[in-house]
Amino acid sequence: MGNMNEPAMKETLSNNALTTEELKLAQLIVSSLNLETQAAEVDPAAPLYGDGMGLDSIDVLEVALAISKAYGVKLRSDDEVNRKIFSSLRSLSQHIQQHRTK
Amino acid sequence: MADIPLIRNFDAGAVFAFRNRRPIRVGEFLGDVRRLADLLPDRRYVVNLCSDRYQFTVGLCAALLRRQVNLLPPNVTPDLLKRLSLEYPDAYCLGDEAVQPPLQIETFLYRQTGNTVSASVPHIPEEQIAVIGFTSGSTGQPTPNPKSWGALAKSGLAEFERLGVAAHRNMSVLGTVPQQHSYGLESTVLMVMQGGLAMHAGRPFFPSDICAELEALPRPRGLVTTPVHLRVLLAEASELPAVDLLLCATAPLSPQLAIEAEARFAAPLHEIYGCTEAGQIAARRPTQTQEWRTLPGVSLYADEKGTWVRGHVEREVLLADVIELRDRNNFLLHGRTADLVNIAGKRTSLAHLNFQLNSIEGVRDGAFVMPEEDDGTVTRLTAFVVAPGLASETIMSALRQRIDPAFLPRPLCFVEALPRNETGKLPRVAVEDLVTRLAAKVG
Repeated sequence: MGNMNEPAMKETLSNNALTTEELKLAQLIVSSLNLETQAAEVDPAAPLYGDGMGLDSIDVLEVALAISKAYGVKLRSDDEVNRKIFSSLRSLSQHIQQHRTK
Repeated sequence: MADIPLIRNFDAGAVFAFRNRRPIRVGEFLGDVRRLADLLPDRRYVVNLCSDRYQFTVGLCAALLRRQVNLLPPNVTPDLLKRLSLEYPDAYCLGDEAVQPPLQIETFLYRQTGNTVSASVPHIPEEQIAVIGFTSGSTGQPTPNPKSWGALAKSGLAEFERLGVAAHRNMSVLGTVPQQHSYGLESTVLMVMQGGLAMHAGRPFFPSDICAELEALPRPRGLVTTPVHLRVLLAEASELPAVDLLLCATAPLSPQLAIEAEARFAAPLHEIYGCTEAGQIAARRPTQTQEWRTLPGVSLYADEKGTWVRGHVEREVLLADVIELRDRNNFLLHGRTADLVNIAGKRTSLAHLNFQLNSIEGVRDGAFVMPEEDDGTVTRLTAFVVAPGLASETIMSALRQRIDPAFLPRPLCFVEALPRNETGKLPRVAVEDLVTRLAAKVG
């Protein structure tokens, strides 16, 4: 679960370009919430909540449902790392890639 | 005026709460209440922010013993906390480990110290003011709605009786709603206290969390939730744990969702109707009837101003909904009056939102609009703003300081001018025209 802090990973992803998987996830979020934002313009390191992408808890439930359908990953919050998972598009995408069943 | 017992769980050995999967007995709870009551600072008002439902309840009861009033703001935006601190200068916040102490009001942290057990149930005077809930007025200043301990206790007991919970002795109650919200306070705290039930201390969020936590509770068990949570829960979970009672409130529930929920949980689903000013008013089982029936002791009447409620509430309250009375205990609900906004159980008025938008420096004019509601998903507000030179992010960031995130506009549209008429009003038709033109541009 905890390899999102691997130095090599951090190194290659430190810029603001979206990976293919991150772009797909951003598109899923934008379409399931009818956001006006362009998926390609999402900053993968910015927070999903509040000032970043501006999601609130109702959105997060909606996103969780879309993720479960698309990737087979069921998010849990009793999981200590949850705050970290939702801290940015990048960490959410990494969590999904590690646990996806679809 | 009589004294009313804090709880009706009179067996000190019975379970009062489940916290981190561990049972907390009634005696331990009463011990915790007395100990915290000894520790609380000597003030008159407390903003109870505790995110753990059990700790919140201990805080609520300890404050009652100390004759302190619990303030329950609808949100904890910096702007609202600042207003509260000015209005109630001697208020402090009670928080627990999960709460980020706010900067605006001094915070006292809930501490679990020792484990004395107490067997005697304290009694609280019926007329003592127990909580003040707030609704948003049209000026940015929150309107206080004080409630006595008698009103709260009677409402908890009325709900217990009306929903037939007595048939489920010692039922455990799990809520997905915050205990600071009036529905959460009544159905997950007061009904538990006055019905001799047991509460789940957490507030599981994702569907898998809710299922796992329900599964861990002994039966009989009940789920207190909202249409938003229910819809996601039914859509995501392939298998649902059996429950004995489902409660839903805060927004209209579609008939299909009610039927599916009852079938898959194999339990009756009741909807509750209420508001912050009056508390809970009525209930119905939507798979059986569209008609609402008032809780015991509550009745309605209509005059030229609208529909009023009287009962366990402090004073008669004018309801902000369009109601068709069958008789004084049965009615149909036909939606909200025009100015009222309800998004995912959070309520405000367009007047309040417009006030906040127009108080941002650089905003020349602005108006929020509630689009026509679709069924099922959560509808968001649109806002039109005249603010040359301001960036969208600047306005959104300023709004975030002032209003609950649920009401943030999505989208926020810049226009050169709002189509106001000669009296300065925004005619509904002109607003609809703006919305249509916007949709055409986007779509």
